[in-house]
Amino acid sequence: MCPAFRQRERDEWHLMSPRARALAAIGMAGVLWCGATVVASEPGRSITDTSIRWPTWPELARALALRDYNTRVVVLGTALLGVAAGVVGTFAYLRRRALMGDALSHATLPGIAIVFLLTGAKSMPLLLMGATISGVLGVLAVLGMRRMPRIKEDAAIGIVLSVFFGFGMVLFGLIQQMQTGNEAGLAGFIYGKAAAMVAGDARLIGVVAAVVVAACAALFKEFRVICFDQEYASSQGFRVPLIDLIMMGLVVMTTVVGLQAVGLILIVALLIIPAAAARFWTDDLLVMVALSGLFGGMSSLIGATLSAIVSGLPTGAMIVLCAGVFFFFSMLIAPRRGVIASAARHWLLRRRVAYQHLLRALAEYEETHGEGAAIGRKDLFSVRSWSAAQVRRTLARAVRSGDLAVLADGSVRLTQRGRVEALRILRNHRLWELYLIRHADVAPSHVDRDADEVEHVLSEAIVRDLERALDEVARVPPSPHVREPAP
Amino acid sequence: MTGWNWHLDGWIVLAGVLSACSCALLGNYLVLRRMSLMGDAISHAVLPGLAIAFLVTHSRSAVPMFAGAVIAGVVTAVLSQAVNRHGKVEHGAAMGVVFSVLFALGLILIRQAADHVDLDPGCVLYGNIAQIPLEAIGGRVPPQVVNLAVVLVVDVLFVVLFYKELKISTFDPELATTLGYNADTLHYALMVLVSVTTVANFESVGSILVIAMLIVPAVTAHLLTDRLSAMIGVSLMAACLSAIGGHVFAAFGPGWLGMKAATNTSAMMAVVAGLLLCAAVLLAPRHGLVSRLLHRRQMRMTILREDILGLLHRWQEMRAEGGRAMTHREVLAAVGDTRSVRQAIRSLLRKQFVEKASGPPDAGHTYRLSGDGQARAARLIRSHRLWESYIDRHFNLPPDHVHMSAERVEHFLTPELRHEIEADLTSPRTDPHGREIPPESIGG
Repeated sequence: MCPAFRQRERDEWHLMSPRARALAAIGMAGVLWCGATVVASEPGRSITDTSIRWPTWPELARALALRDYNTRVVVLGTALLGVAAGVVGTFAYLRRRALMGDALSHATLPGIAIVFLLTGAKSMPLLLMGATISGVLGVLAVLGMRRMPRIKEDAAIGIVLSVFFGFGMVLFGLIQQMQTGNEAGLAGFIYGKAAAMVAGDARLIGVVAAVVVAACAALFKEFRVICFDQEYASSQGFRVPLIDLIMMGLVVMTTVVGLQAVGLILIVALLIIPAAAARFWTDDLLVMVALSGLFGGMSSLIGATLSAIVSGLPTGAMIVLCAGVFFFFSMLIAPRRGVIASAARHWLLRRRVAYQHLLRALAEYEETHGEGAAIGRKDLFSVRSWSAAQVRRTLARAVRSGDLAVLADGSVRLTQRGRVEALRILRNHRLWELYLIRHADVAPSHVDRDADEVEHVLSEAIVRDLERALDEVARVPPSPHVREPAP
Repeated sequence: MTGWNWHLDGWIVLAGVLSACSCALLGNYLVLRRMSLMGDAISHAVLPGLAIAFLVTHSRSAVPMFAGAVIAGVVTAVLSQAVNRHGKVEHGAAMGVVFSVLFALGLILIRQAADHVDLDPGCVLYGNIAQIPLEAIGGRVPPQVVNLAVVLVVDVLFVVLFYKELKISTFDPELATTLGYNADTLHYALMVLVSVTTVANFESVGSILVIAMLIVPAVTAHLLTDRLSAMIGVSLMAACLSAIGGHVFAAFGPGWLGMKAATNTSAMMAVVAGLLLCAAVLLAPRHGLVSRLLHRRQMRMTILREDILGLLHRWQEMRAEGGRAMTHREVLAAVGDTRSVRQAIRSLLRKQFVEKASGPPDAGHTYRLSGDGQARAARLIRSHRLWESYIDRHFNLPPDHVHMSAERVEHFLTPELRHEIEADLTSPRTDPHGREIPPESIGG
């Protein structure tokens, strides 16, 4: 190898950020280690019996320690598949191609059936090649149909999925009637038959996983740019169709080797779910890819181990269920995007809004009744429609933080500290009302509701802009709502 | 299979037609609402509903099965909505997450139930339509056919009763809300019916092929028609055709190929529906590939003919080569020497827009515009130069940039547009290059 080339290779490695380098190295090492373990393991006891039976303790220990050869093959094979699917699934997910994988996996069926009809034998490489060809045809059909008028992408996916699958089933019907007695294993492609995985299958998955992880690491920059801004990518001279093709190729490879493990109906779950779960945790693509690979690998590991321990649980379904659990908890507890976190944020905001409404109500009361006027708790309900519990809680908080003082008769009034804050909010409210009236031509009777929401989120900079626009610098402007006396 | 037998094949075809029609009817709305994949999601996700209903009641009777499936279908719709809304996961991916997890759950539950009864996941996937005639002993109507007929009637009633509401909420949900219909209620009603229809179809066509019947006939009809009522009619016809064709090909097709076998009717229904869609994609009158290809060819030929007329007009206007007519070789050199150019010249000669004369001895024929041709060419040049003037006036482009736009637009300007441009420019006499703009009609 010429030194210049080696130099360039080293440069590219150094151009990656340190974190990217560390992650890529860990990923490669993990894949290689798993591959090596599978290759080096020895044959042992079979786990392919189907009756439902809870394990004894020694069996459990054996399974958990991966002491059985077959368990080890199945668990490591599916784990590698999970990692590969998680990594490449991230890019498919971000490119909004998630359900394309579903069309792809269903479209592999006719290829498998045709190869079987033609050769009459179960030669795994040929079957997988047939699956690849018809899967790619399915993807091309989706892409082609999407360009037709009146066929939307979702319809195109549904059409390819069902018609290709139907064609596959037609061929299967023929195969079953030909009674060669050899077709039994073919159904495994539909639901997956991970328990029947042999070392050769696991090795194939290992090779594919290594290729997928390596390709994603090598083309990380290209994949990132077409995931987020395709137009920018093509304007910068990236060859988008080529990159797209490579990405789809990686998805196809992962899907095809995953058919036997989890089956063509559920393989799409391994492409989507880990990526969707990882999305909750981070905004950084590299971290997302790593997390998604981790989630995919962990759910396969746990699912396959569980189905090895409790015989009678289908492996593919267990893996998908584990991935679903990962997704569920990610959606629930992820720090920023999770449901709990955003509900908490929402709750805090509402608390703050209620607090500021209370202060403003008191400031308005002082305007009409003179500074330092105390308001009875009952009168608070005539100022604004709020629930008794809400008023009680908010009052308690305001008293605790020293913005309100409770008088002997139970009525409340603003403290000096509270008055400053209350006048600030009241002023924001009035400024916004005036702004709407003068500059947006909104009728005075319509501005209150809007200002009620905006007053809490006006930043200092915006308040300064409003002051400048309205020539209001120091005082609180009077209310624009003229109260006309009843005739 | 030896020949057509009304007792056997009749029931199968009837069941196929009923199930295909009930799916296709609802499928129209799914396709138009861009919810095609909701059918996919629901048909996978009712599996756990069936399994739980079975595990709870220990029977395969219709009522608990329907109840379980409907609940599962609604749960799928609600859950994917929730994941989409609260998790901010893109819609398709949200459905993918929900239905694959539910399907996995269903597989595991069915595995637990499988010891007790033949609730076979394979049967759920591709159905067992061939079993139906066996139930028709002694003139009894098979229960599956009764179920399918009831479901079809319910679907038809729903669509007929709520036709207007469905139509408005499909095409314009905001309008539906302002008119006082609740688009959400209709959405969930539709989802419930899709679940019911899916379950009823499990035994005949199976869940994956339900998707084919939900989507494919509706898309076929959408390519062929422009009105909702016509689309529903065509989709029902396509559904019937696929059911009948599916059974005929499944039962007798392998025999025609010399195989002593028959194959899965419901799967073949999906294939026939796919073939019908292919035919529509190719041959649909307005949106089909063939008609669009022909249309584009025609358009190209028109543009080419007009370009040649314009070329001859400019040649005569400039009195190039001392007023000699343009030779065949010069035309080819200017427009390009291709088969379609020669075709365009022939068609101009045939329509007598161009007259042929023998030219100089070594240069072949020469061409000159006829009276009609002159008028046409003048209109074209007028369009071109008016457009150039218009662009020059309203857009801040350098004069050498206006030609390309005019070259494209000249073929599409109508007399009314030319009139409007002329009024806008207050009757200009020359274009930005200083060439004369011909009048609208040569006589006037």
